[in-house]
Amino acid sequence: MKQIQSRLRQTARQLLSEGKVDLLIGYRQGSLPLKTTPCFVSQEEEAVGLVWNSFCTNNLAVYLPGLFRPDPRSRKREEKKVGIVVKGCDCRSVVGHLKEDQVPREDLVIIGVPCQGMIDEKKIVAKLEGKEIIKAKEQDGQILVVDEKGQEIRLAKGNFLRDSCQVCQHPVPPLYDILIEGETARQALSDEYAEVKELEERSIDQRWEFFQREMSKCIRCYACRNACPLCYCPECFAEQSQPRWVGTTDDPSDIMAFHLGRIFHTAGRCVDCGACEAACPMGIELRKLTRKLIKDVEELFGYETGVSVEEPPPLATYKLDDDDEFIK
Amino acid sequence: MEKKKPNNGGDQPQNRQWQPKIVAFLCHWCSYAGADLAGISRIQYPPNIRVIRVPCSSRVNPLHIIKALQHGADGVLVSGCHPGDCHYGSGNYLARRKFALLKRFLEFIGIEPGRVQFSWVSAAEGQKFASVIEEVVEDVRKLGPARRLVKNSVK
Repeated sequence: MKQIQSRLRQTARQLLSEGKVDLLIGYRQGSLPLKTTPCFVSQEEEAVGLVWNSFCTNNLAVYLPGLFRPDPRSRKREEKKVGIVVKGCDCRSVVGHLKEDQVPREDLVIIGVPCQGMIDEKKIVAKLEGKEIIKAKEQDGQILVVDEKGQEIRLAKGNFLRDSCQVCQHPVPPLYDILIEGETARQALSDEYAEVKELEERSIDQRWEFFQREMSKCIRCYACRNACPLCYCPECFAEQSQPRWVGTTDDPSDIMAFHLGRIFHTAGRCVDCGACEAACPMGIELRKLTRKLIKDVEELFGYETGVSVEEPPPLATYKLDDDDEFIK
Repeated sequence: MEKKKPNNGGDQPQNRQWQPKIVAFLCHWCSYAGADLAGISRIQYPPNIRVIRVPCSSRVNPLHIIKALQHGADGVLVSGCHPGDCHYGSGNYLARRKFALLKRFLEFIGIEPGRVQFSWVSAAEGQKFASVIEEVVEDVRKLGPARRLVKNSVK
């Protein structure tokens, strides 16, 4: 981890000093323990502030489309080269951006970092049962946490991985300009979609109960949308007023319509980076819903998201022998 | 001799019984013309559908369907041209992929399988149009009034 971090800083310094990138998006230490915060580096000297550890959870790809969006008046976009630090999942989001023509490949420098899985801060907080965390650091696959009484607690990293990291199949970025050397941990999985399948097997009323329960937590803060790298529309359907696609009330029906709309927009595009669920302040199990679509896209169209820029998106193409048994 | 009125209860409130309300999105080039043919040929089919004409079945956004269910439709039918017959070449193929996913997804969250249905009806298939509508209305009638996703009634 420490090695990756120093290699990353060195690479960043070099790219900035040689003028190969004007701006570099990475992580720096957050103001709270167990957290990093996205940072935008444009000066060579600032590269020392970059960090790499098991708390680099944010998907930085979310910033890319905005950086390359043309000015609405002049319709021109600023000429700049952007470097971005990506894990496997973030990289697959970038592949999506490239595929959807949101980001010019020639102006992008992808710095891939092999990932060992990120920590879910909420799981550690839950484990400590209300103790305040003053300090936290990572050591030999363990997380060292110091609570408010100065007591040191050692936690095995493997037990606190994010849910999305536990089913990750792409710890190494599939597309990069520079790959930082380092180790990865690929998860051995018996069944990737066990959770989705479990829900599929329940009765229709139980599934509705699940959906209703999850949706009833929603406060419509739209954090899931804002954290999602796919949600780059300048104007979201949730806020359009002509036509008004979804009502803005807190009626459960409107909340459901918003989520159905948002989740279905990610069909065939979602890479399961887990940003939506991590951003949700109410703990809605959004990934069970998005993963259902990932599973179906794989089953119906044999398509895996975010691995190839050339392959057309599954909903923008078709085969003559696609399943049509459900049509009368 | 007095004509027997169909028992859909229109004018007398005490006799009014629930009738399914189906929103049917019909593609302009095939299914809408199929409905027209059914009409011209005087083929009887249940009067429970409200037709919305769309240029192509792929014009239908999943949100159209969700919104219909939110605002009082008991069922939704999307009907387009048979594969290979699309006026725009590939619209119905794209629609087929989109709705295959949508149908599975809606069932996953607990919307009953018969609520949202899809069909291919060509401009020459007036008879098929009538039988599709009969089937859909019958399916939705069995399911009863829509309760899930309906605005202001979700408990």
